[in-house]
Amino acid sequence: MAKTLIELTINGEQAEALVESRTLLIHFLREQMNLTGAHIGCDTGHCGACTVEIDGMSVKSCMTFAVQAAGAQITTIEGIAGADGTLSAVQEGFRMMHGLQCGYCTPGMILRAHRLLLENPAPTESEIRYGIAGNLCRCTGYVNIVKAIQYAAAKINGTPFQEAAE
Amino acid sequence: MSDITMPNVAAIERSRHGSSIGQPVTRREGHLKVTGQAGYAADYNPPGLLHAVMAVSGISRGRVTHLDVAAAEAHPGVVKVMTPANAPKLAKSPDDKDHGFMFRMNVLQNDSVRFANQPIAVVIAETLEAATEGVALLRPRYAEEPARIGLDGSAAFALQAVGAGAPAKGGIGDIEAGLAEAATRFEATYETPAQYHNPLEPHATVAEWDGDKLVLHTPSQGLTMAQGRIAGLFGIDPANILIKSPFLGGGFGAKGLFSGPQVLGIMAARFVGRPVKLVLRREQMFGPVGHRGETRQTLRLGADSTGGLTALEHNTLTTTSFYDDFFEPAGTTSRHLYASPAIATSHEGVRADIGTPIFMRAPGEAPGSAALECAIDELAVKAGMDPLDFRLRNYAEIEPITGKPFSSKALRQCYAQGAARFGWASRPRAPRQMRDDDGLLVGWGVGTATFPAMIFPSEARAVLRVDGSARVEIGAQDMGQGAWTSLAQIAADGLGVDYDKLDLEIGSSALPTGGIAGGSAGTATAGSAIHHAAADVIKKLAALATSDERSPLFGAGNSGVVPRDGRLVRQDDESRGESYASILARAGLAEIDGKGSAGPNPSMQESYAMHSHGAVFAEVKVDPDFGQIRVTRLVGAFAAGRIINPRMVRSQYYGGMIWGVGFALHEHAAADPRSGRLMNANLAEYHVPVNADVPLIEAILVEEHDPHVNVLGLKGVGEIGITGTVGAIANAVWHATGVRARAFPITLDTLLERPGDI
Ligand code: FES
Ligand code: FES
Repeated sequence: MAKTLIELTINGEQAEALVESRTLLIHFLREQMNLTGAHIGCDTGHCGACTVEIDGMSVKSCMTFAVQAAGAQITTIEGIAGADGTLSAVQEGFRMMHGLQCGYCTPGMILRAHRLLLENPAPTESEIRYGIAGNLCRCTGYVNIVKAIQYAAAKINGTPFQEAAE
Repeated sequence: MSDITMPNVAAIERSRHGSSIGQPVTRREGHLKVTGQAGYAADYNPPGLLHAVMAVSGISRGRVTHLDVAAAEAHPGVVKVMTPANAPKLAKSPDDKDHGFMFRMNVLQNDSVRFANQPIAVVIAETLEAATEGVALLRPRYAEEPARIGLDGSAAFALQAVGAGAPAKGGIGDIEAGLAEAATRFEATYETPAQYHNPLEPHATVAEWDGDKLVLHTPSQGLTMAQGRIAGLFGIDPANILIKSPFLGGGFGAKGLFSGPQVLGIMAARFVGRPVKLVLRREQMFGPVGHRGETRQTLRLGADSTGGLTALEHNTLTTTSFYDDFFEPAGTTSRHLYASPAIATSHEGVRADIGTPIFMRAPGEAPGSAALECAIDELAVKAGMDPLDFRLRNYAEIEPITGKPFSSKALRQCYAQGAARFGWASRPRAPRQMRDDDGLLVGWGVGTATFPAMIFPSEARAVLRVDGSARVEIGAQDMGQGAWTSLAQIAADGLGVDYDKLDLEIGSSALPTGGIAGGSAGTATAGSAIHHAAADVIKKLAALATSDERSPLFGAGNSGVVPRDGRLVRQDDESRGESYASILARAGLAEIDGKGSAGPNPSMQESYAMHSHGAVFAEVKVDPDFGQIRVTRLVGAFAAGRIINPRMVRSQYYGGMIWGVGFALHEHAAADPRSGRLMNANLAEYHVPVNADVPLIEAILVEEHDPHVNVLGLKGVGEIGITGTVGAIANAVWHATGVRARAFPITLDTLLERPGDI
C-alpha cells in the first residue's frame, strides 16, 4: 500500500508520519502514535468513544481518514490538561462529579463536552443532553455526566455550582 | 429457626467502625480515566505486535466449503491466515465442559458453522488495515442449511436447571385450587427479545507467548476462571498464565466466561510466534460473546376479594443454542417476591442457530420481573386496587417458596420513600387521565425491584508496613463499578489505616483469587476476603503487642484490642494504645502480613433468604398522535444492606435504571428468520439509551442493616436497578394510553397497531 507523508499538529506538537490512505484517524492515533486515550466502541460513527478535535470541531475519528487530517490541528484527551498537568475544567468535572464508571466513553465525552462549552458556555440541561447525544455511555445512566458538564460550565464562567442534593 | 447460631451483631458492628466505609469518596482511578491514561487491553502495544482480525460467518448453520486463503495471503502485510485447516489443535475439545461456568466455543477446530457471526478464520498482518483487507479477500463459500430461529424455530423441551443451576421448576401449593377460589383471575403472555450486553469496550486480547508461558492483556470479570479455562485448552500450567485486566470498559456479564474470540487471539499469537492483538469489531460482539436469550413468559394469577394472591403461575420458554446450554432463569423471580399460597414456576428450552446466551445484567430477574410486574399490575387493576396497595397487600414477610425469613428486607420503606418522593398518592386510578401542557398523555407506573445477594469464593493478602502504609492484594476486577475505590475503603477500615496510605492491587491473575465480578457479588466477594485478611494482620499485630510487657497493650488479650487510625487501642479504653509503627519496630519487623478468604456460608444460606429489594416509579409521556414514548421521570428506592460508597452505589442504580429504560423501550436484536442473521448487529440499529433519551433519575438509598448476609453486611447493587424499572415503565405506558404492551421493547408501532387506542 502506497503511503502518504502527512504533517499535522497533535496536542500542540508538530508531527510527521507516513500513512496509508485507508488508515483511519483513530487507528493512526492509537496504533501509530500510541495515543490510546481515544477508544473504539463501534467503528461506525455512533458511539463517540473515538471523539477528538480537528481544527476546533468535534470529530469522530473512526469516520475520518488520517490523510484527511494533513495540516490539521488535532487535540486528543492526552492534550486537554494544562502543560503542568492541571486538569481542564471538564476533566475536573468528570472526576469530581463521578461522570464515569468504566471510563471507556470518558475521553470522547470530555472532548465533546470541551467543545460544547466553547460553543455554548452556559448550556441548559437539555442543551447538554442534546449536545452530547452522539456519545454513548453504557454504564452511568448519564446523570453524573450532565452534572460533570454543569460543574465545568460553572467553573469556566466563575458561577457557583451546587451539586444537587443526592 | 431458633436452633441456628445468631451472629454477634455487636461484634460485627464494632468491626465495621471506620472512617472510610460509607464515605462518598471519588474514584481512585478517576484521574487516569479523565486523562486517557487508564490502560484497557487494546491500548497495549508491545514491540513486534501483529494485528489479527476475525472473519465471521455470514450464515447461521452449515459448513464453510471454501476460503480464498491465497488471495488474503497475497495481500501486502498479511502474515498468515489461520483457518480450521492449519489452526493449532487445542489440548482439549472446546466443547468439553468441566463445570457450568464455561462457554463451549468455536475456535477453528473444524469447519462447521453453528451461528451467524461465528469466527471462521483469523487473518494476522503487520497492520490492522492489512488484516482487515485480508478478511475481505477470503470470500467464504458455504454449504448452508436452513436456519432454525426464534422461540418457535424448533421443538420445546423440558429442563432440569436454569441460569447457574437453579432448579427449572419450583413452587408450593396447588395452583389450580388457588385459581378456582380466586375472585379475580388474570392470564397473559409476555415476550422479551434477544438482547446483547454491548459493553462499550469490545473484547480485546493482546497475547504474548514465551515458550509455554503466556502473558495476556484482556478484559475479564473472572480472572481465575479465565486462567483455568486457558490452561485446560492449551494444556499448560495455570501458573504459566498471567492475565492483566486492570480496567474493563464495561462487562455486564459478557466478560464473565472466557469466550472464543479471546481464545483465538491466544491461538493466533502461538500460530505466528509473535505478540498478537485481536479486537472485536462491534458487529462481532453480536454472537460469540453471549447475549440474553429470548423469553416467552405466561403468567396465570388469581386474587381473592381482598386483593390477596391465591395463585401465581409463571412458565417460561427460552432460547439457547444447538451446541450449549444456558437458559434464562426468568421464572425464579416469582419464587421470592410476592406471598401466595400457591406458586408454580417452570422453564422450557428451545434451541436455535444462535450463539449461546449467557448471564446478562440481572439474569433471570430482568426479564422475569418485567413480566411479573406487568402481570401483577394488570391483576391489581382488574381487582380494582391501586397497584402499589396491591403490592403491599401481597408483601412477602418470608420467602414464599422456602418459608425462610429474609436476612433483611426493607422493601416496605422502599415503597414508602419512593412513593413519597415521586408523588404517587396523587395518581388517578384510571388510565388516560393526565396530560401535560403540550397535550401529551402522561402515565405513572410502579414496579418492584429484586435481586439475590450472593458471594463467591475469594482470597486476599494484606500487608502493614512499619512506615504506617499498607498494601492489599486481590485478583478482583473493576469493570467500572468502582472496585478500585470501594475495596480500598474496606481495606483501609479493616487495617485501621488512612485510605490514602493504602495501596490496592487488583486486576491481575498473579494476585490471590478475587472471585467473580458478577452476580452483583463483586464487592461482597472481594470485600469479605479483604476484611478477613486485614483482621488476620491485626490479630498478629495484637499478639505481638499484648504479649510484650513493654507495650501499653500488654495483657489486654488478643480480642481486647481494635485498630484505629494506625494504632491498636484497648477496646475498653480507646485512649490507651500503641502505634503500628512502634509495635513493628520493637519486634524488628519491616512489615507484617496476613491472609483471608471468603465464600458462601452454607448455614446462613440454609437459614435465610438473601435478596436486595427496591421500588421503582416511572413517569412516561406519550404523543397521542404518533405514539412516541418518552420516559420523563424515574425514582428508584433501593435497600441493599450496607453501603460502602454512596456515590458509586447511586451511580450503579442510575446505570441499572437506564438499562431498564433500554429494556422497556429500545433494546431488541432482530434476527432475519430466513437466514438467522441479525439485522441490527451494530450500535446504530441496536438501540441503547442515549443521553437525550434519559429522564430525570433519582436513586434513594434506603437504610438497611443486615447482620446475616456476610461479614460486611452488604448485598450488592449492580443489577437490581434494571429490575422493577422495566415493569414500572410498561405500567406507566398503560396508565398514559390504556394500552397494555406485552412484548418488549415497547415501541410506537406497538401502540399504533391498535388504531384508536392512542
Ligand atoms: S468508534 Fe467512532 S463513533 Fe464509535
Ligand atoms: S463509563 Fe462505561 S461506557 Fe461510559
